Amino acid sequence: MSSIGTGYDLSASQFSPDGRVFQVEYAVKAVENSGTVIALKGKDGVVFAVEKLVTSKLYEPGANRRIFNIDSHVGMIDSHVGMAVSGLIADARQIVEIARREAANYRAQYNVCIPLKYLNDRVSMYMHAYTLYSAVRPYGCSVILSSYDNVDGPQMYMIDPSGVSYGYYGCAIGKAKQSAKTEIEKLKLTNMSTKDLVKEAARIVYLVHDELKDKNFELELSWVCADSKGRHEKVPELVYAEAEKSAKQAMEADSDSDTEDM
Amino acid sequence: MFSTYDTFSAPSFWQNGPSPGVIYNFPGSQTGNSHLFQHSQAPVTTATSIVAITFNKGVLIAGDMLGSYGSLARFRNCPRIMKVNDNVILGAGGDYADFQYVKDFIDQKVIDEQCLDDGFIMKPKSLYCWLTRIMYNRRSKFDPFWNNFVVGGLQDGEPFLGTIDKLGTSYEDKTICTGYGAYMATPLLRDAMDKNPNPTEQEARDLVNRCMEVLYYRDARSFPKYQLAVITADGVSIEGPLEVKQNWNLAHMIH
Repeated sequence: MSSIGTGYDLSASQFSPDGRVFQVEYAVKAVENSGTVIALKGKDGVVFAVEKLVTSKLYEPGANRRIFNIDSHVGMIDSHVGMAVSGLIADARQIVEIARREAANYRAQYNVCIPLKYLNDRVSMYMHAYTLYSAVRPYGCSVILSSYDNVDGPQMYMIDPSGVSYGYYGCAIGKAKQSAKTEIEKLKLTNMSTKDLVKEAARIVYLVHDELKDKNFELELSWVCADSKGRHEKVPELVYAEAEKSAKQAMEADSDSDTEDM
Repeated sequence: MFSTYDTFSAPSFWQNGPSPGVIYNFPGSQTGNSHLFQHSQAPVTTATSIVAITFNKGVLIAGDMLGSYGSLARFRNCPRIMKVNDNVILGAGGDYADFQYVKDFIDQKVIDEQCLDDGFIMKPKSLYCWLTRIMYNRRSKFDPFWNNFVVGGLQDGEPFLGTIDKLGTSYEDKTICTGYGAYMATPLLRDAMDKNPNPTEQEARDLVNRCMEVLYYRDARSFPKYQLAVITADGVSIEGPLEVKQNWNLAHMIH
């Protein structure tokens, strides 16, 4: 942290002499302290898997969800938007609120669901605006947007605290994003079915979870795909149970082979 | 809430201060003429009666598909019965544009509730109460939504039927008709309900179809093409366009 004490990290509206904006980099650090979020885009849907760290046993199960619905439309074309977030949960909830308003605003003007590309543009511009002024701080969260419809198929975008966004086939944010990304890179995502994606995503979350540092976590799984008729929703309980089971089995098989090596 | 677009837009960076990239008007400086306001005096494109009845397992709401421009039968394909969610249906008479505006608002409200994903779903009494607030609020600004709304649905399994007019006046009943139907069809339905207080779906359908027929003969702003919405525990179906069966053989005897 050579930046500390130089005075260039106090404001988001000032560059350092080597061309960096430290406040934005600190915001990225805030995301890296948070539980891992994985998103995979297959041939007919997008899957979110979240390692939701549970910091106290006193929380009710299901509290502090990190997967949200943004927009939904049941009509001639079902089209729904989902968002998974990593980083400061309070910041992320504000982004969720903004995304919902933008979706509502677009619907009020054009009477159709907002295309994900446009929603991504609007939300990323909003987050970017918070990296420009000294009076505000950047958002300490990254978000992933997903949707599915018959015309455009599955779509997915990730926005980081700087307001930069890209479309992805597979992406990971949070604590273990590096090891999660190397796992994702081994998959042939473009021709995988949503059911397989759910299993892989659950497996990767279990794999990258660091038992030593964070004891308890809840696995959150959602999808938006052809099977769910274009709805973004929590995966059905059966699918969830199956994915969790096979993830745990994969973990056991993994640790068995580790002991054999010894 | 209804007067501004802003509920759908992102809020400003910070409140009561200058926004980045925008010229700031200091408080107290008089610009614009916001105190001038045009109130709605009369409806423009209108729809006529709604006929609704509860039966043993649900609710029926019917309304024809005519949009009148005064006495001109201007638009002949105006659906005005909507499914709100699996629990609620809504019918509307009066100004068609006002109905479309409120409909968009209700649709967005349903989407907002779906997004919460808390396992709850709006019940008819909630929408009924909400609409009374909306209508009363607007009439108190002397700028009413020129509508009669009829809310039907299942409230914890029990059939519910209620209506709200443009003044925010509301009541619940087992049979409800608005507009011209309040004069022509209500007596028919009340009479039938006195004789058979708990009709089956088929009996209720026959009654409503009969009312639509009578209304078509006697209401000069009505139309033979209509929609019929049915809500039961099985869900919502909006049927139609249905046709009123017409017989004008008697017409030559009327002078």
